[in-house]
Amino acid sequence: MISQVFILSSQGDHLIYKDFRGEAGSDVVGVFYEKVTALTGDQPPVVMTLRDLHFIHVRQGGLYWVAVATADSSPFTVIEFLNRFSALVKDYCGSLSEKSVQMNFALIYELLDEVVDYGYIQTTSSDVLKNFIHTEAVSSRPFSLFDLSNVGLFGAETQQNKVAPSSAATRPIQTSREQGGKSEIFVDVIERMSVVIGSNGVLMKADVEGEIKVKCYMPSCSEMRIGLNEEFSIGKSQLRGYGAAVRVDECSFHQAVRLDEFDSNRILRLCPSQGEQTVMQYQLSDHLPSAPPFRLFPTIERDSGGRLLMYLKLRCDLPPKSAAINVCATIPVPKGSVSLSQELSSPDQSSELKLQNRAIDWTIPRFPGGTQLSALFKLEVSGLSPSSMLEVGPVGLVFELPQLTVTGLQIRFLRLSPVQPGPSQRWVRYVTHSDSYIIRL
Amino acid sequence: MPYLGSEDTVRELRRALCNPNVQSDQLRYRSTILKVIRAMSQGVDVSGLFSEMVKACATVDIVQKKLVYVFLCSYATLNPELSLLVINTLRKDCQDPNPMVRSLALRNMTNLRLPSLVEYVEQPLTAGLRDRAACVRRVAVLGWAKLHNLQPNSEIDAAVVNELYGLLRDPDPVVMVNCLRALEEILKEEGGVAINKPITHHLLNRLKESDVWGQCEVLKILQRYRPQSENELFDILSLLDASLVSPHPPVMAATLSLFLCLCSGLPAVSLAALERVRGPLLAACGSVSRETRFTALCHIQLLLRSLPGLMGAHYKRFFCGYAEPAYIKQRKMQEAAIRGAEPTGWSVVVKQVLVELVNDDNVAMLLDELKGYCTDVNTDTAQAAISAIGRIGRSYSDRCLEILTGLLGLKQEHITSAVVQTMRDLVWVCPQCSDTVCLALEGCEETLQDRQGRQALLWLLAVYGERVSSAPYTLEVFIDGVRSEASLGVKMELLTTTMRLFLCRPAETQDMLGRLLHYCIEEETDMCVRDQALFYYRLLHCGTEETRKVLQGRRSDPSLGVLIGRPAELISQWAYSFNTLEPLMQGCIETEPASRGSPEHVTFDPKPNTDLSDTLNSSQIEKVHSGSDSASGFTYSSANVLASSLAAPLSLSLSPALSPEEFERLWMQRQASHADQGAEKLEEEEDYVCMEEQIQCPAIPHCSPQSLQAAMQLVNIQTLAFTPPHTHPWRVYLYTHTQHAHSGEAPRITLIVGELLYTGEASRRVVELKKGTEDGDVAEEEAGLSGRELVSKDGEEEEVKVTVKQQPRDDKALKGFLSILTTVLHTLSPENN
Repeated sequence: MISQVFILSSQGDHLIYKDFRGEAGSDVVGVFYEKVTALTGDQPPVVMTLRDLHFIHVRQGGLYWVAVATADSSPFTVIEFLNRFSALVKDYCGSLSEKSVQMNFALIYELLDEVVDYGYIQTTSSDVLKNFIHTEAVSSRPFSLFDLSNVGLFGAETQQNKVAPSSAATRPIQTSREQGGKSEIFVDVIERMSVVIGSNGVLMKADVEGEIKVKCYMPSCSEMRIGLNEEFSIGKSQLRGYGAAVRVDECSFHQAVRLDEFDSNRILRLCPSQGEQTVMQYQLSDHLPSAPPFRLFPTIERDSGGRLLMYLKLRCDLPPKSAAINVCATIPVPKGSVSLSQELSSPDQSSELKLQNRAIDWTIPRFPGGTQLSALFKLEVSGLSPSSMLEVGPVGLVFELPQLTVTGLQIRFLRLSPVQPGPSQRWVRYVTHSDSYIIRL
Repeated sequence: MPYLGSEDTVRELRRALCNPNVQSDQLRYRSTILKVIRAMSQGVDVSGLFSEMVKACATVDIVQKKLVYVFLCSYATLNPELSLLVINTLRKDCQDPNPMVRSLALRNMTNLRLPSLVEYVEQPLTAGLRDRAACVRRVAVLGWAKLHNLQPNSEIDAAVVNELYGLLRDPDPVVMVNCLRALEEILKEEGGVAINKPITHHLLNRLKESDVWGQCEVLKILQRYRPQSENELFDILSLLDASLVSPHPPVMAATLSLFLCLCSGLPAVSLAALERVRGPLLAACGSVSRETRFTALCHIQLLLRSLPGLMGAHYKRFFCGYAEPAYIKQRKMQEAAIRGAEPTGWSVVVKQVLVELVNDDNVAMLLDELKGYCTDVNTDTAQAAISAIGRIGRSYSDRCLEILTGLLGLKQEHITSAVVQTMRDLVWVCPQCSDTVCLALEGCEETLQDRQGRQALLWLLAVYGERVSSAPYTLEVFIDGVRSEASLGVKMELLTTTMRLFLCRPAETQDMLGRLLHYCIEEETDMCVRDQALFYYRLLHCGTEETRKVLQGRRSDPSLGVLIGRPAELISQWAYSFNTLEPLMQGCIETEPASRGSPEHVTFDPKPNTDLSDTLNSSQIEKVHSGSDSASGFTYSSANVLASSLAAPLSLSLSPALSPEEFERLWMQRQASHADQGAEKLEEEEDYVCMEEQIQCPAIPHCSPQSLQAAMQLVNIQTLAFTPPHTHPWRVYLYTHTQHAHSGEAPRITLIVGELLYTGEASRRVVELKKGTEDGDVAEEEAGLSGRELVSKDGEEEEVKVTVKQQPRDDKALKGFLSILTTVLHTLSPENN
């Protein structure tokens, strides 16, 4: 049972506050924020307790989403609810930020009113909610010239038309109805990989977690069929098709997905409701179908002047057509590090010594497959001793691989039936994130 | 409203609301009301606008209506009289043809929380229960619960309760679940909604219609149901099987909770259910939401208490989970928060997994992984990793010591401190590591700054001072700085260490001991330190032999090693807290760095009982030994026993098994001959021995038979029969076979049968005495002292009488057995404190 829900900005501004049961005192928000600020280093635990108040919070979009619950309530339920609620807010407001919450507070109150009554969760299905929500979202996105870049010159079909603008999926679901906005559907295949590569280059751990998300902007869509690779197989024993198998270990589906054609043709059938939903989740553990995307070849030594020299070669083993973007390597450095001088192999890279985190951040905006980059870092360390080398490493990599799935999962086709009246657009997007990519030195 | 004062804001808003031009323009009116709500949610007191807002309520614009209701519900309790005006509008809305308007009006009518309005609300609520639209019924059902809580003392209308029970058959699943919730609140005093067989089966059959939230609610309420037959139970279980592996963590957790509740009498089924949820739980551990991951981790930790091997094959899932370095830029703030939350859960889980999991194949990998965290920027993470390495060190000491020694080279405060503390704990359990540790200790005093680290170093110097060549110099530095020393614990430890070192290296230490004692007696203001110093001073007057006797305590407790593998707990010990906030809160307690003293001094540990060696109360054991020793007449036997058992290991075994009948025959036969002699002292015959011993352990008679049995089995003692806990006299019968290898001879095998007896004629004084010595930094010698005080009150102590019979006779084996038994009993005692 949830007695209060509130949203706080990271500075402690009250954005939304709703008391469902009128049992707790008024200054619950203040109590919570005091507890958060009393902790050093911005690390509030998920559950905090003061007398009989139990605060459970999640952080989404840089905001605290807090529920006050009784001690016997299920943490899974409350956390799942807060996540679901923030997802709903994101669906309805377009994006999740302090500003969008502030601008749409009336909408969020309306939403909360329908979602929870007297502390009991009523429904969070966007199909049901869309009948009850009347307030229109206020979009906070400023006018941008980039939006115009999608307009074909003199109406010509350009290549750009086939790529959805990056902001396309961050708009409120409701506008489509009133403004006759485009009826679009997005199917995203998102994978997160966590990899550990040992100092000898051996792959020590490789897990992939993936999901297929559908974001639907169509007011009415009766049925959608998503076709996966024919070779898609679940578990170790089962192998299908003649090509290279696309294998996952475990796989689970959204309740609404009908699987009658899944076994024979790998087709998922569902009636998507408005907004975002996760249709399928899958995991692959201890195995990667292809080589890990990055390899590091480090040379680390002390020079005569008491400096630490690090020569790092980073190789990207993706297929030549793909590229990794927003790559950032974090290299922990010894405690007494004072300053850094660097030689990077191309001008678009940059690096910075973060003294607070005791690490060098090496950023590479774009890293094409099959290429190799190198960097030479000279580090001034006060009191450098042989054992300082222990503090160097392991290197963590953060990156994004657009239009690529590590498991090889592809969407063969996406069909809507009955065929939508008027123009409708279907987008399929693939992306792989690094959940945790560690290379030991 | 950052810049305007709140009064100006309210005045401004009032003027706008009253302006007829605004009122006639729908959009302007709405946006003014929006401004009011915005001010309200920012914390401005806008209650003064109540009457204007009441007027704004009468409108056809549904958005405006909703906004006004938000306002009214927040401020109604402040303006009960004006709220009466709203009721009319609301009641009119309840007749509206649009179901949405009806439900809105009904909900807000009940949300006003004004007892004075109840009479006006009842009629529309009754009508609402029979409304055509499901959304109105949902609101009406919960409305009754709200109404009841407004006037908790009023008589509840039986007709309403009946109607609510009837609505359990409502076609709309949300109405059904809301009925459960409402009845649960209304009938709280009668123990909630009645869960009988027809209702249970009805709910179970309709479970699939509800969404995730409804399912969780139903599953939770069904925990009260007790199936009438085994067949029914298994029908229910098989019906729920699909929910157990649900991809939604809330449903999975609620189902498991129900499973454990239903199967409390069927441990095998419960264990199978735990196995079954492994997949979904692991999936939750890899969820996108960090908070869900944390929750899943905390619950896995619970599961591991009963099924330590559950995650065996998946250890990799745990050890890399939190190492995500930096995140994408916008998420950095978020990430910082999580990094704090995860390692605590993580390290605890890993510690437990490790205990079960470390084997020759993966130890290198695990250590490699942990090594990476030792230099983490976050000091808590680093220290957790170092102490985890120490735990592995109990089985793989060489590799771990190598890592730990390497870390000392970093010369960083928090790392050195953690390493020294870890080494101290390790040496206490594995004395064979002491050589390496002694070598490593040289020179690390310079980097040690914090209290715990220095205390640990001093303890190590006290125990292994003769082997650390620089020990006197290190001590000298400490003694020179004693004036500026702030910590009481360090001072006490320093006194003891200097005394002990004086015993083994008198020439180098005499001078500084003199200086230290002089300072502590003459200048020290703290009573504890002064008393301690005075005590040592007088002790020295009695001669070195006497001093040695008092001071030379035990250096290690290898018997702890036996107990490291925790016995699997019963599911019932944690099942009640599964799927509540409790496991998550334990995680937070764990973040506070537990202040630990030296292993000998640890008295009651405030930490939850996650880790046996920490809670094993060694100082208590020492007291006990000195107590029982002088009572039964042999001096310092415990050390001897341990020493001898070290030299020639004693092993216990359960085979050949003894049947209860056989046991009874043996016991009675000996009993008879024992009674003939009628003596309580050690009695000897040619082939067998019978002796009685007193062991102090206050909590033993209250501990559950299962945990006692599990603990005994771990050291290969079989328990045969129990009386239930909390009965007097309380008895346990047990047996074991000892195998004592004499050098050069064939091993001798003896059979021991025994009885633990607790008569319950004990006073509470012992407990009080112990409290006196609990206050943290009390040095061991003081514990020794109170031990002596205890001896004088021997007759009043709470103790368990052990009667043991051995055949054939072997004194050494018998003593070894007794010391193992004592250790087991004491390990169990703190669990119930």
